[in-house]
Amino acid sequence: MKVDFSKLDKAFENRVRLQIMSVLMVNESYDFTSLKDLLDVTDGNLASNLKALEKEEYITIHKSFVGKKPNTNYQASAKGKKAFTDHLNALEQLIKQQKK
Amino acid sequence: MEDSKLHEDLASIRNMMERSSKFISLSGLSGIMAGIYALIGAVLAYKTLYEPSKYTFGYEPQAGNPYLQTGVWEELIFSPTILQLLFIAFGVLFAALLTGYALTARKAKKHGQALWGKTSKALLFQMATPLLTGGFLIIILISRGYLGVVSPACLAFYGLALVGASAYTFTDIRYLGICEIILAILAAAFPGYGLLFWAFGFGVLHIVYGSLMHLKYDR
Repeated sequence: MKVDFSKLDKAFENRVRLQIMSVLMVNESYDFTSLKDLLDVTDGNLASNLKALEKEEYITIHKSFVGKKPNTNYQASAKGKKAFTDHLNALEQLIKQQKK
Repeated sequence: MEDSKLHEDLASIRNMMERSSKFISLSGLSGIMAGIYALIGAVLAYKTLYEPSKYTFGYEPQAGNPYLQTGVWEELIFSPTILQLLFIAFGVLFAALLTGYALTARKAKKHGQALWGKTSKALLFQMATPLLTGGFLIIILISRGYLGVVSPACLAFYGLALVGASAYTFTDIRYLGICEIILAILAAAFPGYGLLFWAFGFGVLHIVYGSLMHLKYDR
């Protein structure tokens, strides 16, 4: 059984980052608080993983105000969407190989 | 990285995609309860319409079909029959909403999904648009005496709301919506049987749909 893990994206090795991208693939944008509730992680954990994805240019950040409260929204970039799709394809390939 | 990690990754992707975009905490039981309330309401409405002397303090409606426009609207809208029907309708609506809210809150808690989150807001907005449009239209039409449109219009706007809502919750709700729309068209084609179609659409269909959803998702 020869399995090639090199095609998997290192950025998505972390489960939280993988989940963030999954959410942003099917939603136009998502805000910090809703993401936190959904993923059930701490502020710090979410923030550091968002920062990592931002560094890869997989997501873009949009800051705005709702009344006086700051509201941060995240969107998947074209690069991020492509990376995620490639990662999914790689996962699919791996699973197919393992079934053989 | 081994096999189980791959499968866990895929499961979590799928889970996140669904939970972030769909409100999947709608309770099937609340559908069944809404259907039962609707049937009770329909029976009360039937009695109000067809045995008025017993239930509306001796008021007798004008001769002819009670669904069709009769008399001037002032006389009609303030008639005990119409007021009583409106009272029944709002009673059913209130009971169904209250039960739906309580059961859905319970299920959301169990699922760990926020009751008032991004997905439930999107679902509510999607449903409120056709429902409020229909609601205001129907109330205005009732006040003009067009009683025959009430049942088909209720079914039609509700059906459209459900079809629209299917993007934000269980996709199955689309089929319920389509059935309601078909009933609406039938109700419009056969005037005089409005209450029957209404009872079938809001009562029987809700009970059937609620039971199916309960078996499929609530266990």
